[in-house]
This record gives sequence, structure tokens and C-alpha cells, in this order.
Amino acid sequence: MARPRAAIEKKPAKKPAKAMPDPGLPQGLTTGDLVDYYTKLVLVRTVDERIWALNRQGKVPIAASCQGHEAAQLGSLLAAQKDGNCFLFPYYRDLALKMAAGLTPTQVMLSFMGKAGEPYSNARQFPLQGADLPNKIIQISNVVSAGLTQAVGYALACSMMEDRTVVLVYFGDGGSSQGETHEAMNFAGVQRLPVIFICENNRYAISVPQRKQMNLDDVASRAAGYGFPGFVVDGMDLVQSYEATRLAISHAREQGPVLLEMKVERLMPHTTDDDDRRYRPRDEVDEARKRDPVVTLAVDLVQQGILTQQQIEDIQAKAREAVDEATDVADAASPPDGSTLHDMVYAP
Amino acid sequence: MAEISVIEAVRQALTEEMSRDSKVFVLGEDVGQRGGVFLATQGLLEEFGGSRVIDTPLAEASIMGIAVGAAFRGLRPVPEVQFSDFVWPSINQLIGEAARVCYGTNGALTVPMVVRIPYGGGIRGGLFHSQNVESLFFHTPGLKVIAPATPYDAKGLLKSAIRDNNPVICLEHKKTYRLVRGEVPEKEFTLPIGQADIKRPGSNITVVSYGLMLHYCLEAAEIVAQEGLDVEIVDLRTLKPLDTETVVTSVKKTGRLLIVHEDNITGGVGAEVAALAAGEAFEYLDAPVTRLCGPDVPTMPFAETLEDAYMPNSAKISDSLRALAAY
Repeated sequence: MARPRAAIEKKPAKKPAKAMPDPGLPQGLTTGDLVDYYTKLVLVRTVDERIWALNRQGKVPIAASCQGHEAAQLGSLLAAQKDGNCFLFPYYRDLALKMAAGLTPTQVMLSFMGKAGEPYSNARQFPLQGADLPNKIIQISNVVSAGLTQAVGYALACSMMEDRTVVLVYFGDGGSSQGETHEAMNFAGVQRLPVIFICENNRYAISVPQRKQMNLDDVASRAAGYGFPGFVVDGMDLVQSYEATRLAISHAREQGPVLLEMKVERLMPHTTDDDDRRYRPRDEVDEARKRDPVVTLAVDLVQQGILTQQQIEDIQAKAREAVDEATDVADAASPPDGSTLHDMVYAP
Repeated sequence: MAEISVIEAVRQALTEEMSRDSKVFVLGEDVGQRGGVFLATQGLLEEFGGSRVIDTPLAEASIMGIAVGAAFRGLRPVPEVQFSDFVWPSINQLIGEAARVCYGTNGALTVPMVVRIPYGGGIRGGLFHSQNVESLFFHTPGLKVIAPATPYDAKGLLKSAIRDNNPVICLEHKKTYRLVRGEVPEKEFTLPIGQADIKRPGSNITVVSYGLMLHYCLEAAEIVAQEGLDVEIVDLRTLKPLDTETVVTSVKKTGRLLIVHEDNITGGVGAEVAALAAGEAFEYLDAPVTRLCGPDVPTMPFAETLEDAYMPNSAKISDSLRALAAY
């Protein structure tokens, strides 16, 4: 597998282009995809900011922001959706991935407010945690990296059943330290399973910086120890994240595991319960915000003439409208009935 | 009916269920070519091939996580934990994850998995080849726990466990593997999970037990029968869900209850059975509910004298029965 190609070339176009293949884009990607995913990105960001505000209003008990991780999540999701035969095991910071995989803003808001009809667990779990099988997603727990061995088991079952599925499993730099991460990669390597390990490295395990987590610059270099390839990807760049994942899917299906380390920034504290001013220099966060994918992708799209500034503003306004409506619906919705406490402890 | 050992019963159950359902597969340390260290999986590799009889790296957490993930895809994994003492590295996947999957996905996902665990002492296994691990699983909603003591029960319950849609912990007392033989029907059969079995009817005292201890209880009952005591022995067979009805009915009949298990006394299965009797048969009790269990030391030690001091046996059980009868 070759190293992922560099980011989209920034050639200013003369006039706004329609959805047609761009010679500067990687295989399978159209400018229409970029517009589509930019629209998803804006919607996710609008939700992300709203749930933070709702937390301060006492309506959302807990939220982990994905701000800064969106390009990595959406780029890999785009590759998975274009492939059409992938299954996802995200982790707790994957709001963009889970939402863009097929949920409506209302479903997301029901989940964050713990209301009945919430799609992942009917509000038994933290928001968007459990399973969303229609969108091929499982995330059982908050025990960091416990999903890795499960994802490998899922991939094992898929290969036993010869269904050609590729499994994408996501974790953070924090999760890379868990023993099960090693066990998962080791077994996947031994059995050459169709699985892609995607480390969204934002360099912080809550407050503990990377230099206290590992004696390494790149998590990707660990792949060599398991006998499969590992690559560093600019996870702030949607197109690079797409292209790296596209190549990884094809490699995983034919030859076995791949480790992708997507270097990202965490633009917000760990969760709504955290205050990152206790451990993170402000200028570092300010610097990171300059690479915010919501901003950079908009600039790219305008510069290339794919969207106008007015179209960007329309997309943002539509997102606000959709999230306003979803917030109202979820706010008015009922929580699960107390009598359902005992349901589903066991399967029939 | 043929007389076979417990280990042969386990092997028959695995073979039959793997033949019956191609979704069933086994994985674990040495389960392939070696046939498992106790030979429970002997012959399976030859019969079903390497994709359904998987030798894993020596890493229990991943054995369990992989089984859970395979179950998500609709397979029915039967992971083997080589010795109960080695289950701890995998405990997050069992208690933390598998037990919570159905509840935590509102029933969208289930974990049809059977974790086979050879456990228990009396075999000079020392602190790390003897442990009783049942109380943690017994405590955990979302899991089922079976602990058969005879070849018939082992085969019938293991087959049911493999067909169950929930994670089932199958505790196989390793001292019974070759020591205990019994008749097993040639014909296909299963036994329902959650049903205790009265292994010996009696009228004076109820004894509730399971696993290896069941056999020591049966010996003790014969000893005190010579002295005129008529003991009823309830074999729980399934620890979770507990068959409360059979226990309560027996205690109401006899008015006296002795609980015997090898696991540490504090917080063990016996504590729950005692609470059950106190709560539901209080007015029928003629004597205090009594427990004869492993003491609160970490495990039965290696030295013979110390292991003997730890283990309940037929003499100790007989003494407890006499004391209870004399109350």
C-alpha cells in the first residue's frame, strides 16, 4: 500500500463547478461529495456547539465534543460509505461519524437529552452509545479500547462467513495504551483479518499529554510490531482522511489489517465536565483552531470555486434551522417510562 | 445408556452442537492440536477444521473480546478459559461488556456465547490452579451461570447453554472431569437452564450444593443415614438464574437447611440461598440456616495439609448435618 496522497491541490477555479470529477481529487471522489460532506460537517458542528450550550442549561447531562476530529471521522466514513461493505466500531468522541452515518438531528438530540426513542440504547447509555445496527455501528462501552477486540472478533466472524466486510475500529491516543489494544492488533495480525485500526490522536488522554503516554512520536509505528502497515494521516484534512481510508479498506480486504493514525486536534475540553485550562496552554488551543476543518474546508471550497460565500452561509443557516427544530422536538419528548427499567436484561 | 465421564460429556456436547449448528465454534489456548489441556476439545480440530477450532495467542482478554465481537455478527462462540484462575484478565469483557450488551443496546444486540471454565480445588492446584470464581458471575445481571456436577447434567446443560441467546458461564469442576462417571442417554437431549435437581430425596434436612461438593454431600448423606438422618440434597446445577422454588419447597418440607460450597463463604452463592430461606421460608425453619463453605482465605493452598484444611469433605459435612439435626 502506498502512502496516502497529499491533500487536494488548491487551484483557484474561474467559476463555481458542478459535481464533476476533479483531476485534483483522489479516486472516487467528486466535488459533489465535498459539498455533501461539508454540509454534514457544518451540521455536526452546529449540533456539537448546541449540546454544549444545552449542557450549561442543564438539559444535557454529559457530552464529549468532536470538534477538531470531524475531518478524520467524516473522511473515513466517506470512504466506508463509498465502499458500501464496511462495519464501524467507533469510540466515545465519534459524534461526527455516528451522526453522519445516518442519524437525523432529532435522533441525536433525543440521545443527548436521554429521551425515549433514542436510537442507540433507548437512553440506557451515554449519548450515542450502544448500537445503531441500521447504520452498521456498534459501540458498547466507555471502557477505553474494549471495542478493539470486539471489532477484531466481528472481523473474524465476517471472514469465517466470507462476506467481504471490512471493519473500521476507532480509538484515541489514550486508548492506544490499553493492553487490549495490543491483544487486538496482535490477533488481527496473526489471522490477517480485514480490520482497520484508526487512532484519532489528539495528543491528550483527558489531561495527560502524549509524552507521558508513550515513548514515541507516532502510534502508527507500532504496526510494524504486529506485521502489518501503519500510516500517519493528517486527520484535519477530510480528503487525506478519505484517501488513506479508501486505500486501507482495499488493503484490509485483500491482505489484512492496517493501522491509520489520524493526527487531529481536540478543540474543546475532554467533556462538558472538564476544564482544560487546568492543564493546556491557551495559545496551543488558539493555534489548533487555525486548523479547524470547518473553517479550512470552507476556505478551500470557496477558493476552488466549488461553493460561493453565500452558499456557505446558506448551509450554515440551514443547519441552525435543523438543529433548532431538533432541539425543540427533543426537549418536548418524553423520557423512557420508569417501568422499562427491568426490560432487556436478558435476551429471549 | 452408556456410562461416561464428565469430560467425555463436555466433549460430546461440543461435538453434537458443532455438528448441529455451523455457527458454533470454539476458541482458546491449546484447544486445537492439543485438544485442550483437559482434552475437552480433543478431536474437534480434525472434525471441524481450523476455522471453527481456533488456537489463540495466550491472551485471555482478547479471547473473550473476540468471542463477544463474533457473537455480534451472529456466531455462537464457545471460548475456553484454560483454568478459572486465568479468567481475571478477561473479566472486563465478561462482566463489564458481555453482561451489559443486551441491556445497553435495548435488545438490539445479544451475546450468544458460552464461556467454559474449568474451576475448583482438591487437585493440589495451589493458589492459581484451584480458584472458585462463581460469586462475581453470580452477582452480575445479564449473565447466566451453570455449574453441573454429573456427566448427564454437564451434557444437557452445556447443549442448552450453546443454544441460549445470552452469555452463559459454564463452570466445570476439574476434579469431577475424570473422577465422576455416570449414565448419559444415547439419544439427543437437553436440560433446561434454571432448574435445580433433587439428587436425593429426604425429610429431615435440606442440603443445597453444586459442583464437586455435591458428591461429598451425597457421601455424607449416606453416612448420616446410618444414624437415622434422612437428608434431601438439592443440586442447584444452575446458579443463575437460581431455582428459588425448588430450594424453598425443600426447606419448607424439612425445616432445616445446610448450604455447602467450596467457594469462600463471604458473599458466596450460599449467602444468597440463606437470604432466600430467611425471606421465604422463615416460619418453617426449625434451626438456623447453616453454611459449610470454603473459609475466607485467598484459595486452597498447595500443601496437602493446608488444602485439606480448606476443602469441605464428607466428614465435615456429616458433622454439620449432625449439629443441625441436634439443634
